[in-house]
Amino acid sequence: MVETRPFLTFVTHLVLILGVVMIALPIWITFVAASHDDIRMTQAPIPMLPGGFFWENFKRTLFGSGLAGNEITPVWRMLFNSLVMALAIAGGKIVISLLSAFAIVYFKFPFRMGFFWMIFLTLMLPVEVRILPTFEVVANLGLLNSYWGLSIPLIASATATFMFRQVFLTIPDEMLESARIDGAGPMRFFWDILIPLSRTNIAALFVILFIYGWNQYLWPLLITTDSDMTTIVVSIKQMLEAAEQSPQWNIIMMTAMLAMLPPIIVVIAMQKLFVQGLTETDK
Amino acid sequence: MASITLDSLTKSYGQTEVLHHIQGEIQHGEFIVIVGPSGCGKSTLLRMVAGLETVTSGQVSIGDKVINDLEPADRDIAMVFQNYALYPHMSVEQNMAYGLKIRKFPKAEIKRRVEQAADILEIRDYLKRKPRQLSGGQRQRVAMGRAIVRDPQVFLFDEPLSNLDAKLRVQMRLEIRKLQRRLGVTSIYVTHDQVEAMTLGDRLMVLNGGYVEQFGTPIEVYEKPASVFVAGFIGSPSMNFISAQASKGQLTLPDGTTLASNTSANGPVTLGMRPEHLKQHGSGPIQLEVDLPEQLGATTLVHGRISGTELPITASLNGIHAASSGDVLRFDAPVEQMHIFDAQTGKRIE
Ligand SMILES: Nc1ncnc2c1ncn2[C@@H]1O[C@H](COP(=O)(O)OP(=O)(O)O)[C@@H](O)[C@H]1O
Ligand SMILES: [Mg+2]
Repeated sequence: MVETRPFLTFVTHLVLILGVVMIALPIWITFVAASHDDIRMTQAPIPMLPGGFFWENFKRTLFGSGLAGNEITPVWRMLFNSLVMALAIAGGKIVISLLSAFAIVYFKFPFRMGFFWMIFLTLMLPVEVRILPTFEVVANLGLLNSYWGLSIPLIASATATFMFRQVFLTIPDEMLESARIDGAGPMRFFWDILIPLSRTNIAALFVILFIYGWNQYLWPLLITTDSDMTTIVVSIKQMLEAAEQSPQWNIIMMTAMLAMLPPIIVVIAMQKLFVQGLTETDK
Repeated sequence: MASITLDSLTKSYGQTEVLHHIQGEIQHGEFIVIVGPSGCGKSTLLRMVAGLETVTSGQVSIGDKVINDLEPADRDIAMVFQNYALYPHMSVEQNMAYGLKIRKFPKAEIKRRVEQAADILEIRDYLKRKPRQLSGGQRQRVAMGRAIVRDPQVFLFDEPLSNLDAKLRVQMRLEIRKLQRRLGVTSIYVTHDQVEAMTLGDRLMVLNGGYVEQFGTPIEVYEKPASVFVAGFIGSPSMNFISAQASKGQLTLPDGTTLASNTSANGPVTLGMRPEHLKQHGSGPIQLEVDLPEQLGATTLVHGRISGTELPITASLNGIHAASSGDVLRFDAPVEQMHIFDAQTGKRIE
């Protein structure tokens, strides 16, 4: 649609600019706050222009003990924990759902639909709903304060299985038949044909699941008591409460910026595949 | 020797039987076309030979080996699908090599075979391209290339040309025929297009509702159709059918016209006459009242009714004829080109 009326152009631009400002302003303030020293951040009004302490704050946050007077784990360690958890959740979910979707779409076995509906039921049981029994199980298995405990309970869910089922159903039957005549067994077909054909969908799902895993709050909060195992998202909240004195905004904001970084990197790196995976229908 | 034997082959989906005791012998190197209207079971029959559908009862053999329970990959067949079913993420070369790679052929041998097939099909320039970068005709060639490189005992084709435009279809039809002659591989080809069937097949298996109506050479099927169905399906324009009474070698049409014939049948029959066999003749017994002439250039199709009745009849005249609606043309019906069918069963009566 091509509109040439200047007033409409003005209004659309105004709306767009307002939207950008609303989203960008908090990020700008985060950046500005992360570049001042402790004292400046306790004075009103809060600064709107960057200060000169960015790299110092950066080093102090990432490698130092974070908040002054608080023997807390360095932020790099929490970033690492978050990264391991998010990767394990995204990777684990994708592997398991690829396999289960493969089984449901391409194999006839007893109670196939029964399994399908059982997987479907788990959709209605996100971690928050089953949190107590799940905690009990994880505790009994001795998985508290471990990467396994952080990721496994979040891996079990059906959304991705559904998505891959839909993807596989769009692949024409002749593709399977052709592969059978070519002599490909089931796993060969899976590797050589299905996975490459689902490549963009896998990428799209990876981005979504990585961010989902990265943003987990309640579950890591519950099962990590050891500060070496906390994730970055949990620790930001703790930094706000832990300080006896007023919060050290420059460090907290630096931590927040660091927490935002990995999801942004993932999105930018996989942008092309991600968009293809969400929009392409043609196989 | 790659002869194929279909012995009382039957297929049911649940309670519905879709193929009924199919019987047939296919010689080594023969090109067989399975032809019939949509839904008659052609693909199902082909897929049973391929191993993509289970056999409900009966036997399929290649050579003297029963293959009912063999996996498709172990049957030494290659199949070309209607939508080509090329692997979209592989290059043309990889598509053709995939089956050989799985069978663990040496790299050099794979390369040699792929290049040879690419030369035969003239697709050498596209070897590095992906299927989506090819035109329909080129994809068709790649699909055939994939079949050729395997050097199988049997080629199976399921309507391979129906996604191409008319001109390309004619060209590819010729190429498939030449290729099959050259390679001498026993082939089964499924189509609903009777022209394709007539031009390609050494023999045609005409299928209707899961039954074999006739299994013979194109000429046999054209000259001696075994049933009303075959007679109407093969040949274009379609054969004219007129119900008639036969007695003592004479046929009486519903309008009272009598025709001489050599039939030994008595009682109600169906008379079949191909439009191209009606001979225009000033004093011929058949009177055609013209509804609509169709000028095709080389021939003129005259659609109309037998005078004084509502019985439709079509005649095909050579060249251009200026007939107009309401004219009455008279035709002779040559005895040797009459087809007489049982009025009840539709079977041919000699
Ligand atoms: N998987 C199936 N389940 C039930 N009926 C089927 C199935 N596949 C084919 N049929 C039926 O079998 C008949 C023959 O189908 P098909 O061989 O595909 O016909 P054609 O190829 O001659 O058009 C059709 O009536 C179709 O409805
Ligand atoms: Mg078919």
